[in-house]
Amino acid sequence: MHLRFLVCIKQVPETTEAKINPKTGTLIREGIPSIINPFDMYALEEGIRLRDRLGGEVVVMSMGPPQAQAAVKEAIALGVDRGILLSDPAFAGADTLATAYTLAKGVEKLGGADLIICGKQASDGDTAQVGPGLAEELDLPHATYVRKISAITAGEITVERLVEGGIEVLRMPLPALLTVVKEINEPRLPSLKGVMRAKRAEVPTWGQAELGTDPARTGITGSPTQVVQVFTPELRRQGELLAGTAAEQAAVLIERLRAAAMI
Amino acid sequence: MDFDLTEEHRLIRRTVREFVDREVLPYAAGWEEEGSLPERVFGVMKELDLFGLPFPEAYGGVGSDYLAYILAVEEIGRASGSLGLTYAAHVSLGAAAFHHFGSEEQKRRWLVPCARGEVLAAFALTEPDAGSDAGGIQTAAVRDGCEWVINGTKCFITNGSLAGYVVIAAITDREKGIRGISNLVVPAGTPGFHIGPGYRKLGLRASDTVELVFEDCRVPVDHLLGSPGDGLRQSLRVLDGGRISIAALSTGIAQACLDASLIYARERVQFGRSISGFQAIQFKLADMATEVDLARLAAWRAAWLKDHHRPYTREAAMAKLFASEACVRAALEAVQIHGGYGYTEEYPVARYLRDAKLMTIGEGTSEIQRLVIARQLGC
Repeated sequence: MHLRFLVCIKQVPETTEAKINPKTGTLIREGIPSIINPFDMYALEEGIRLRDRLGGEVVVMSMGPPQAQAAVKEAIALGVDRGILLSDPAFAGADTLATAYTLAKGVEKLGGADLIICGKQASDGDTAQVGPGLAEELDLPHATYVRKISAITAGEITVERLVEGGIEVLRMPLPALLTVVKEINEPRLPSLKGVMRAKRAEVPTWGQAELGTDPARTGITGSPTQVVQVFTPELRRQGELLAGTAAEQAAVLIERLRAAAMI
Repeated sequence: MDFDLTEEHRLIRRTVREFVDREVLPYAAGWEEEGSLPERVFGVMKELDLFGLPFPEAYGGVGSDYLAYILAVEEIGRASGSLGLTYAAHVSLGAAAFHHFGSEEQKRRWLVPCARGEVLAAFALTEPDAGSDAGGIQTAAVRDGCEWVINGTKCFITNGSLAGYVVIAAITDREKGIRGISNLVVPAGTPGFHIGPGYRKLGLRASDTVELVFEDCRVPVDHLLGSPGDGLRQSLRVLDGGRISIAALSTGIAQACLDASLIYARERVQFGRSISGFQAIQFKLADMATEVDLARLAAWRAAWLKDHHRPYTREAAMAKLFASEACVRAALEAVQIHGGYGYTEEYPVARYLRDAKLMTIGEGTSEIQRLVIARQLGC
């Protein structure tokens, strides 16, 4: 069987402590290097492992500004066969809905994929919506928070997904979409020969013209999300130190916990 | 003028940095205690293709350049001087000799396995009575039919007992003086090639440094690298490149000194505030940061010149001289900033200081670097 695995990635600012401009409510990106969203590294690793085990090809796709080509090339350095960048001024300012739509058009132009793998969420926006949104756009079954692919055949996949307090085992027909958690594998480092291969690799850029996207559904125009305010949460209050002997402290603690209905 | 690294260089540096953070940093102090490097780390470096970074793909390398290699040396040196030195001696001394001077057949035989990381290489020039005076070596090789018969002793040889191939400088024509020196390749395990015990060193204890003794050691005539009598010129050229890597290694160690000192100075509270608030400490940190930056720029410039096939002997010597001495200054100040704790093994700076000192000695002492620079000035 010739399977096509598609991994969708996002380029994000390197630091998780990115500062927010208090006036505009946007991320201050100047001087902060960009990386592949850390959660997407697990998706890439899983895609590469599946390709190595089952054959076929693994393709990476990203929507972003032209400089996001660096993220696509880094994925190629890791061992992905080829990459595609979806980039167009018309795509700028997209929320998760518009992003999912644009990616779906990209998948269609690619000719579909047997399995689409995404990271569980991006480290900058933290919404975890694009993966499921993409599955809905493509009308594919999907499983989120996958920690293990237990079995995969040409027509079917069985996965374990992390749910509150346990593990859920799901079987789905292919094609399907997964979002994966960090428990699924340990991502490799790119090989240096891979870096050189990536340097030479051609990354096609598909814009509105190539994808035939509806301008009303992409970029800021196609984004119903309204960001009312973005702010850095205040640091939580420090813990309280109880005074007195150990016995006195224990008594006070029990009293407090009872008062809070915690015991 | 462009001071930005290319995307290729940035990605290579980040890859090596992640490898170092994951596989080197947590273990480096332990390796020094044990006095050796584990097989595992070499295996990971081989997987990453680190050993062939600056060599052409046609010879099993990555096909990047010397600057990329220098970036890798600095990153490794930041965590482990011993691993950095092992790596540098392999790439820029042993394997570089095959790359620069080997015939096509010799490159296929020796450079390819070195670039693929299948074997380590070593370069043996120094002898008990010939250190800075490289032309004064006594090791000799006498032609006997289709073999060279080697007798002599080499000392302070990095990777000497780990290497699969050792390049040794030997007198092959005594009448021609320094023009009668050639480089010969001796594979490990050749009869008559003995490896002495390791030295008890001040630092860099996980790096393999041994004495090599050759006693009627026979190698085929085609183990002579390049042309006969070209040995000293080859050695000096190899050392020109090697010096840039020592500059980078020094920069890495100095950066580690700065990083550790900055963290400590912010955390350490005296007289009711962080000692990083005191100008006495700030000035030390500012000087360290300035020198680390200048050392790095000097190494990068020398590597850039080498990559562009321009003369770089002077710049390599300057980079090595400045970076190694800045490294020792940074290590001394790092220990000073850490106070009593800096003198203990509780913090890494004591190790950095021990390692730093070799930088002003190996691959040409500071004094020799000054001589090289003075000669380049026309003195």
